[in-house]
Amino acid sequence: MHMSDALLSPSVGAAFWAGTLGAITYASKKLRQNLDDRFIPLMGVLGAFIFAAQMINFTIPGTGSSGHIGGGMLLSVLLGPYAAFLVIASVLTIQALFFADGGLLALGSNIWNLGIYSCFIAYPLIYRTLAYSGKTRRAIIIASILSVVIALELGAFSVVLQTKLSGITELPFRTFLMLMLIIHLPIGIIEGIVTAGIVNYVKNIRPDIIENNAATANSSFKKIVIVISILAVITGGILSLLASSNPDGLEWSIEKILGKAGLSGGGDFVTNRLSEIQKKTAVMPEYNFQGKEKAVAAGTSASGLLGGIIVLALIFFIGMGIRIIKRGRQKP
Amino acid sequence: MTFDAEYFNIGYLDSLSYKDTFVHRLDPRVKLLVSFIFILYVVSFPKHELAGLMPFFIYPVFLLISGDIPFKAIAKKIIFVSPFAVLIGIFNPLFDKDVLIAFYGIQITGGWLSFFSILVKFILTVSTMLLLVAVTSFPGLCESIERLRLPKAFVIQLLFLYRYLFVLLEEALRMIRAREARSFNGRGRDIKTFVKFISVLLIRTLERAERIYHAMLSRGFKGEIKMRRKYRLGIKDIFFAIISVALFYVFRQYGVANFVGNILGGPG
Amino acid sequence: MSHHIIESNNVCFNYPDGTEVLKGITFRILHGESVGLIGANGAGKTTLLMNLNGQLLPAKGFISIGEIPLDKKTRQEIRKKVGFVFQNPDDQLFMPTVYEDVAFGPLNLGLNYEMVDERVKNALEVVGCLHLSNRPPHRLSEGQKAAVAIAAVMAMNPDILLMDEPASNLDPKSRRQLINLLKGFEHTKIIASHDLDLILEVCERCIVINDGRITADGAAEDILLNKTLLEENGLELPLSRQNIKSKEG
Repeated sequence: MHMSDALLSPSVGAAFWAGTLGAITYASKKLRQNLDDRFIPLMGVLGAFIFAAQMINFTIPGTGSSGHIGGGMLLSVLLGPYAAFLVIASVLTIQALFFADGGLLALGSNIWNLGIYSCFIAYPLIYRTLAYSGKTRRAIIIASILSVVIALELGAFSVVLQTKLSGITELPFRTFLMLMLIIHLPIGIIEGIVTAGIVNYVKNIRPDIIENNAATANSSFKKIVIVISILAVITGGILSLLASSNPDGLEWSIEKILGKAGLSGGGDFVTNRLSEIQKKTAVMPEYNFQGKEKAVAAGTSASGLLGGIIVLALIFFIGMGIRIIKRGRQKP
Repeated sequence: MTFDAEYFNIGYLDSLSYKDTFVHRLDPRVKLLVSFIFILYVVSFPKHELAGLMPFFIYPVFLLISGDIPFKAIAKKIIFVSPFAVLIGIFNPLFDKDVLIAFYGIQITGGWLSFFSILVKFILTVSTMLLLVAVTSFPGLCESIERLRLPKAFVIQLLFLYRYLFVLLEEALRMIRAREARSFNGRGRDIKTFVKFISVLLIRTLERAERIYHAMLSRGFKGEIKMRRKYRLGIKDIFFAIISVALFYVFRQYGVANFVGNILGGPG
Repeated sequence: MSHHIIESNNVCFNYPDGTEVLKGITFRILHGESVGLIGANGAGKTTLLMNLNGQLLPAKGFISIGEIPLDKKTRQEIRKKVGFVFQNPDDQLFMPTVYEDVAFGPLNLGLNYEMVDERVKNALEVVGCLHLSNRPPHRLSEGQKAAVAIAAVMAMNPDILLMDEPASNLDPKSRRQLINLLKGFEHTKIIASHDLDLILEVCERCIVINDGRITADGAAEDILLNKTLLEENGLELPLSRQNIKSKEG
């Protein structure tokens, strides 16, 4: 299950979209430079493969529950980091659009969480180093488990950060973080084992495929990875700054464009004006990391609730009415 | 959801997208951007806001009715993916116990307000996204993001993935049915078997990729894929965009729900 | 554009692991001939076809098409004149819509959009699929996919058509449509198939392959009605010529 739009704020969603778009552009460019024509159908079909593979469950030993693989590390081993990132991005896009697994705004964050850490950090820094030094079955298993676990933990941490910065949920930060990190440990270990199993199997039957990729390992790539890692840390830092202090920059402009709720024209003039003022001052503490200051939205009072229900009912009944009329017209 | 059900699911939404209605004919760029803006507006509401969200239902309802999309199909999908949001949101009433609204002896805490706010936001954003796909063919969406300047390599990847998704799902389905016919009492579902299963599927996939590549070569492929541009922006599209965004702005800025409630003289 | 003679001279081919698949294939096919390539599974039919369009290159011997020897450098050019319809249409239809699949070849030939449009519409018309232009390939029936795959190759106006098991997934009606289509084509045709009745109807000449070698090469009618010859090569008489006794008999 991926992040949903309802738990994100516009600024966090937009920020990670910006990051992801940058990564997609960068990966595409890199791919253009070194592209082996074969990759075009290969990437597409492998994306479909990952999709199909994710739908097949296996039972997790000891728990009796079922699980499925993510596939980020496997893709990186088969295709290299740039192509793998694009494939992951495409799989997540289709999952969001056709399965509502993750939202449209959250897609940027989901691609970041599942793609960046596995393709650009865990794979080059951990898997490559460990697997290509040994090249034995064991080296691959260890490399696989370690890199997948780290990629998943980083991804999990990302999710918690994005959720908290958005300020929609009341989940206490520490508890949420602990839960996520703990849950993803066994998931990572199992996926690491499965990935290693597949890689080893494929190596036996079609060694040429894995070899193709190994050839592109070079040191300049490591430099790029370090740069990206530093950028990732800086981006994280900037986002925390944005979130915890005054709503400058991104937030402020979004508030300006989208306006503030609460202006109402009807009845209870004074109450509404008061709550309006409360709302304006309450916007800032909403994004505060510590404390639980109340953000009292003016638009939600008892009469507001009543009005809301009525509006909702109106929309649905009119909609249904139109549909019934349409259907009636269509019948011969 | 079993594999079978998921497979037919994606096919169903896809088949809806090839209908011919007013919304289906709108330029996909416009639909994509308006939907994205819609989502931005919806999630921009503060966490305790509930009533102000309601008028926004007009957009997904419009897409549904105008696009002739069956209500049940969308509702089923929303319910199916909702557990995650419910699970996270349910913590709100536990932690946020300050009473924000009180009338006629009923007390509603901030926690419950924000919980329902999450649910409503969830329904609004998920339904809009599903409807977006249902009224815009996937290739149409791909064309729109290519014209919005996203890298061509990524767009081509999306198109190929979409093309071979059904093919691969069918192949996996066949393999699963074969597995089901030969495994009993949960045996055959362990990790070792799974690895072998997936590895075989992977090898087949790699071989398929080679065959496709050769088919491409034998029709003169030299590395560049030329894509067709079907859509052109028209007056209808621009009107649709302007009216929609204007409505969103009004709903966000002015408490329509409040207004209605106050007119009817609701409890203060 | 005419007089493209296909010449195969002692062609030998091995798999990467060393297995010999083709062990000295020699033949000469003239412009306009329609040749059926038959043999048991694993005899080498598909491998031979793949050698004829340069997808695979012979280990020994050579192939020349219209006097141009086939090798790594010339195969791109030769593919403009040699069209290959693969066994599995899903492998051949990879674009988002039927139109774009059929247009793929002509666009790669460098034609402008108007000419491409003309070619696409003509090709789809010939196979009876013009109304499917905007459909995505995964929404086609097997018969429609096979037809569109043929159109996609035809749109390049090849002189020579290679086909690998064209009727294998077709229902009887689609198969009949395919046979009629093929009968109407004027190109040089080389069709590998297990469907001996199809070969009998469509081809005048027949080449029998057994274990990588040609064991017979002659008029289709002679070969396909020669029970002994067919059985020696792991085949049977075409179904329409067999004396199938009814169960009451």
